[in-house]
Formats: sequence, C-alpha cells, structure tokens
Amino acid sequence: MTARGLRRHLTSGLMTGLVALLSFLAVVSLLLILGDLIAKGASSLDWNFFTQNPVPAGQSGGGVANAIVGTLIIVGLAALIGLPVGIGTGLYLAEYGSGRLAWVVRFVADVMNGTPSIVIGIFAWTWLVRPWHFSALAGGVSLAILMVPMIARTTEEMVRLVPHSLREAALALGYPRWRTSLRIVARTALAGIVTGCLVGVARIAGETAPLLFTALGNLNFSTSILQPMQTLSLQIFTYATGPFDEWHRLAWAAALVLMGLVLLLGVAARWAIRQRHGTAR
Amino acid sequence: MAPPADARLRLETLRLTALYGRRAVVKDVSILFPAHTVSAVIGPSGCGKSTFLRCLNRMHELSEGGWVTGRVLLDGADIYDDGLDPVQLRRRIGMVFQRPTPFPTMSIYDNVAAGLRVNGHRSRRELDEVVERALRQAALWDETKDRLRHSALALSGGQQQRLCIARALAPQPEVLLLDEPTASLDPAGTQHIEELCHELKRLYTIVIVTHNMQQAARVSDYTAFFYLGDLIEVGRTEVLFTRPAQERTEAYITGRFG
Repeated sequence: MTARGLRRHLTSGLMTGLVALLSFLAVVSLLLILGDLIAKGASSLDWNFFTQNPVPAGQSGGGVANAIVGTLIIVGLAALIGLPVGIGTGLYLAEYGSGRLAWVVRFVADVMNGTPSIVIGIFAWTWLVRPWHFSALAGGVSLAILMVPMIARTTEEMVRLVPHSLREAALALGYPRWRTSLRIVARTALAGIVTGCLVGVARIAGETAPLLFTALGNLNFSTSILQPMQTLSLQIFTYATGPFDEWHRLAWAAALVLMGLVLLLGVAARWAIRQRHGTAR
Repeated sequence: MAPPADARLRLETLRLTALYGRRAVVKDVSILFPAHTVSAVIGPSGCGKSTFLRCLNRMHELSEGGWVTGRVLLDGADIYDDGLDPVQLRRRIGMVFQRPTPFPTMSIYDNVAAGLRVNGHRSRRELDEVVERALRQAALWDETKDRLRHSALALSGGQQQRLCIARALAPQPEVLLLDEPTASLDPAGTQHIEELCHELKRLYTIVIVTHNMQQAARVSDYTAFFYLGDLIEVGRTEVLFTRPAQERTEAYITGRFG
C-alpha cells in the first residue's frame, strides 16, 4: 500500500470511529435517562397510581389519574385546534404558496417555530386568562399555537415531495385544482403528514411552561375544559420542586408515564413511515 | 399538406403561438389534425413540440408564465374561448405523459376509474364496464383482470404506461395526446404502445410527440416537423420522410443534425 493510500485508510478509520463514538454518546445519554426513570419511577407504578387522585401533602399513597386524564384532554384539545390549521396552512404553502402572502406566512411560521414556549404561554395568558380565568381551554390553545407552525412546515415539506407529474396527470384528466390537491396530492403525502402530526403532538405533550399560567393545574379530578386542569407535566413540576420524599417518588413515576406516552406516539409515527414506504415503492 | 377532404375535421390550430413570459417557444403554428388519424410531431430537443402539445388541452397555461395567442379549434369551436372551462375541456382531450404517472395511493381499478369518478359517475355497474373496456383498449385487461384491487405501483413500467393510457381513455375523450409515451420504456413496451396507436385511431384522433423518427414513420399518418419553435413542414408521413419539401426537414430526418 502506498503512503497516500495508507493515510486515506487511516483517516477513514479514524473518522468512522469518531462518528461511532458520538452516536454512542447520544444513545448512552438517552438510555441513562430512560434507565434512571425506570429505576426511580417503576416501583411506584401500581393500580392506585393510575386510578387515584393526589392526596393532601404529608399523606402517603394517591395517584395521578387527574393528571393523566388532563394531559389527554389538553393535548386532544390542542390537536383538535392545531392539526386542521397546521395541515391547511401547510397544504396552502405547498400548493399555492408562491405569492407574497405565502412568503409572509412561511416567515411567520419559521419565527414562531423558534419562539420559546413560555412566550406563547404569556400570550395565551394575556388574551385568554387575564380577561377570564385559568382554564384547560387556554392551555389547549397555547399548545395549539405552539404546534401549528411545526405541523404547517412538515406538511409543506411532505406535500412538496409529491412529484409534479402526478399533479399534471390529475389536471390533464379533468380534475379541478382543489380536487387535485386533496384527492391526489394530499392523499399521496398522507403517511408523511400523519407522521409529522404524531411527532408534533408528542413534542407538545411534554410542554410545561405555557401550561403554568394557562391550565394552571388542579389537585382534583376535573374534565371541565373551562376550569383549571392538571397535566402530567404540571404534576411533575409541582412534585419535583416540592419538599416531600413522597412527592419526589410520585414525580419520577409521573415522568415515566409521560415518557411512555411520548414513546408510544413515536412508535406510532415509525409505524406510519413504514406504511408509507410499504405502499409507495 | 393534403388531408382527405372527406375526413371530418377534428382539431386544428390557427396561428398558435405559445409563450413563457415574453419568450415565444412555439411560433405561429397552423396545423390541421383530421379525425381518426395519428399525427406525429417530431423535432430536436427544445423545438417546442411538447409545449405545442400542451397547448392543445390548455395545460401550457398552468406552467409558470405560460400563455398563448392564436386559436385552437376543436370541432370548429375555439378551446380558448372565455366561456369554455379548461377543466371540462381536459375531459374531452386525454393526455399521456413521458413517464408513467399512476396515482400511487390508488388501485389499478381506481386509477382507471379516476377520470369518471371526478365526472360524477358513481354507479358500480357502469364503472365496472368502463374500466374493463378501457383496460381492453389499452391491451392491459388480460394482465390485470385478476388483480384490479392491487396497487398500480406493482405493475411494470410498460404496464404502468398502458394503465395511464387506459386511464386517459376511460372518460371517452375525443382526442388523445401522447407526449413521448415510450421515452422511458424498453423495446417490448414501446412496440406495445405503437401497436395500440394503430388500434386506437379507429376511435380517437391521436397526436403523438416523439423524438424518435422511426417511431413517427411507423405509427403516424401525418407528421409535423418543428425546429426552434417554428413549424418547418407538415404532410403525409410517407411523403415527408421520402420527399421532404424543406431542406431542414431532410437534414433532420437523414440525421445531419438534431
């Protein structure tokens, strides 16, 4: 082997090793977090944890049923508001988005994507809480606002991946433009859009900051969206920053449950991707 | 050019000019396509032959900056008339593209039925009939009759292109536009499509764009030669290929440029 060949060989080996090491670090930190959560939280997971509401400070026992239900309601509200708006915006940007208005929309979406979630929370507080009162609805709205730009941009990306020739084929067949967008283009991009939505929902499921001054939290079981409501993230915040060992134990368990929920959405997203590659080539 | 006087006139362009912004890519072209004939449009790359074809079903105006002047008459009526809906027009003039474009989320059956469903045809019986007829016309029925519910992407490239032809035929258009339909196919697939042209002209008026002169000679009754956006010559295929009137036509078909 020539000297140059040897050097190339060594450089290649070194770089491969470096990349492997870095990915190892990423995976290890993730596994450490997960392992720690399981080690400290799993022992507290029992039937009561899922079915009971919190008990007053100082007493032992109790669960986070109210927070689990609250998370589902508030995230569901956010999805109900945010997904249609986000998907619609993304479709508009991809299919009709060549004018000045589209440029503005895209710019605003990008800026909002980088906006700290607590700022969104203040916004929701100013407009929904101050003139009225703390409510699950305000929490859902603030999470929806957080979600819209994310969903819009991923939807746009996915719709743009649909080959132009498919649009032309539909138009040449006598499809009106809107039906081409919905029946052919959006349908073809559907798996990608669904994946984007699941990732978006998973991303907001763990948000805490904007909920602190919108949904506020609630020690009791509540399903009224016009009243304050507990979520897992808020529960974790309260318990983890509190003074009692019992609370810390519950915080770990709640964190594990939240992580499980997000993981479930992630697996669902993976599954949706697999479906896409299964049907389209 | 001397089409038989008795052939019912189907499609005609009068001083048609196609532009992108201020740049004309098809200039002042007048051609007559008689009914139940195959007409080939040939010429080197960039001569405007595809753009010309896309003017015939108003697809050109969907391209960024695309617009036309002049007239295109279908049975004597200008397809660029204000009152005429281009969406309706495209249901009368079918088009098949260079690359097969089956709708990936639809089955073979749904692909063929797509053009009918968008027209509001819903009756199951009617759809079954039309889908079978269109697939037979495209010589694809025997290969697909047992797997109509399968994804269209499972078909080979040549089969996909015939599926696209079936899809274009299902709404029973009057004219069929083929934009280099065999460009991405192997010789067997190409032969299949060329044979189809002979079959289909009994029912439809066909305009085929091709960069392959042998193909034009094999399938067409009339041939038009485009160069740099100009129509250089148009006439009966056997005349144009054996005794071209223009020097540039002769130079192109004998392979001296292009």
